Amino acid sequence: MNDVNQPDIVAFCCHYTAYACSQDLQNLLRLGFPKNVRLEILPCSGRISIPRLLKAFEQGADGIYVAGCWEDTCHNIRGSKIAKKRVDYVKNIFAQLNIEPERIEMYMISREPNRGFIEVAKEMTERIKKLGPSPLKGK
Amino acid sequence: MIVGERKPIQEIVGMLKGMKKVLILGCGGCVSVCSAGGEKEVEILASILRIDRKKGGEPIETIEKTLPRQCDTEYLEGLKDEAGNYDAILSMACGVGVNYLADMYPTTLVFPALNTSFMGVSEEQGVWSERCAGCGDCVLDRTGGLCPIARCSKRLLNGPCGGSQNGKCEISPNVACVWQLIYDRLKGLNQLEKLKEIFPVKDWSTSLHGGPRKIVREDLKL
Repeated sequence: MNDVNQPDIVAFCCHYTAYACSQDLQNLLRLGFPKNVRLEILPCSGRISIPRLLKAFEQGADGIYVAGCWEDTCHNIRGSKIAKKRVDYVKNIFAQLNIEPERIEMYMISREPNRGFIEVAKEMTERIKKLGPSPLKGK
Repeated sequence: MIVGERKPIQEIVGMLKGMKKVLILGCGGCVSVCSAGGEKEVEILASILRIDRKKGGEPIETIEKTLPRQCDTEYLEGLKDEAGNYDAILSMACGVGVNYLADMYPTTLVFPALNTSFMGVSEEQGVWSERCAGCGDCVLDRTGGLCPIARCSKRLLNGPCGGSQNGKCEISPNVACVWQLIYDRLKGLNQLEKLKEIFPVKDWSTSLHGGPRKIVREDLKL
């Protein structure tokens, strides 16, 4: 996807966060979830691995984010905390490679039913639109 | 175990400049345990290098492998049919593995991806610290099992220096004075008399002062 207005974003989401926040995963687009965000649901955000984050970028994503529960509400106790450490690791790698670390983010969202899940997708889309396509594109 | 740490990415990128096909070789031994050079770290580093090269418009082909150990002939021999296929081998083993690869494959470029840090322990997940300096002439029987060579900043063998304050070393409030630890431990064991024993001057010839070290066990040789 090379359209700057439709950046390719991969969202790795905790099953609990995603479900609680969206209420209706089947009708996300109708609820305003940006169509340029590809969802990958994980049993817990702590399941995300560094290679998986890097591969998503390598395979063409312009931006990546992980959405998990607030640290103190993680169903698996430490999942969100672990996920954040892994996202921070990749941010650091990006900085060393002169790639904007803002292309990857960790969002912790309340598990109470709300629109946070959709809001962070919109926020990340706007952020990546400003940054432009991945520096790996067209190379 | 031997504890290592991955070199800064740009240092590794610099080593591989111009290379098109590189074997990234992990080690399933110590560096795997300390999360520096095992299978997972190989996968991560390979991905990082591909991203960097793709960004620069000069893609690199990475082949990922992890041997059970890189410090044994039998495992390194397994590369003999393929070592020549690569522009270089980037070893994620400790310096021992890098050396042995270079010994065994004289016509293949070999680079280190790690800095070999020390011989130490895993205090907790993500924290390692030094315990042994491999001096080849162990003195732990006289020091309550705590090593003044690896753990004293001055490698003193006859007690603490004036920089020992409140149990800490003068180099940092986070570094324990090992001579304080030795004293406290021997006192607790009722063995303070040990510190009064006179012992011969330490033989440093076993600690690289006598050149590279080697052990030959005739009882084990085939």
